[in-house]
Amino acid sequence: MADSTDKPRASFTLDSTLDSVNKIEQTAEQYAQRAGFDEDTIPHIAMAVREAAVNAVLHGNAYDVNKHITASFETTPADLVIRIADQGPGLDPSSLPDPLAPENILRGSGRGIFLIRAFMDEVNFRQLHPGTELTLIKHRTPAQSGT
Amino acid sequence: MSMKVSTRQVDGVTILDLSGRITLGEGSVTIRDAVRDLLAKGQSKILLNLGDISYIDSSGIGELVSAFTTVKNAGGELKLLNLTKKVQDLLQITKLYTVFDIKDDEASAISSFK
Repeated sequence: MADSTDKPRASFTLDSTLDSVNKIEQTAEQYAQRAGFDEDTIPHIAMAVREAAVNAVLHGNAYDVNKHITASFETTPADLVIRIADQGPGLDPSSLPDPLAPENILRGSGRGIFLIRAFMDEVNFRQLHPGTELTLIKHRTPAQSGT
Repeated sequence: MSMKVSTRQVDGVTILDLSGRITLGEGSVTIRDAVRDLLAKGQSKILLNLGDISYIDSSGIGELVSAFTTVKNAGGELKLLNLTKKVQDLLQITKLYTVFDIKDDEASAISSFK
């Protein structure tokens, strides 16, 4: 996967494993670097993408060896766009509890989507029947896009 | 790089020196096991030294929270030491910075345990 980051667009289908999560995270970091994001923003993008991949593998596909996740990376003049999709039962983002609410602050889980939203400029959910696709978008500045 | 943990005792406080990444499937279970073992041995004053933690994800944050509540419910205290800026930022974003007792000096952290 690492060799493909010299292309403006790439897509991968991967097993539902933590190894896939690590590969997707590394690829996101490489795309973010090539898109010109600064050293503070690159780890945030990589973490957001990692969280999306973890959700797909863990909560979406539940490590099912018969289900796969897809990850696509696209650099446009305006944005870095990353899509992560699973084949799970679907995710309703409105059903997720607010991890900052006092009654949830000491919960041991439930912060993944929150961190994705914190670190990306746009996060969109699409139901695939079956599965969920998350689209993560980070806007590039004119200097980053070379325009 | 997966997480590594080493344990030492200073004035009745158990210090866990952690290094590497605390993520799903890497460091998170290690912390859970280490804290559970310490409580089983009656060691409930625990200082997690995160100075060499390079990365933590939401699962890792969850494990820190779970360790904190487990120790607190057992009548002990769990504090954090030497947070990197990245980890500090994450705890602020998730509003956990004020939940944890966070120290940046080991000697004063040790003396702060009851």
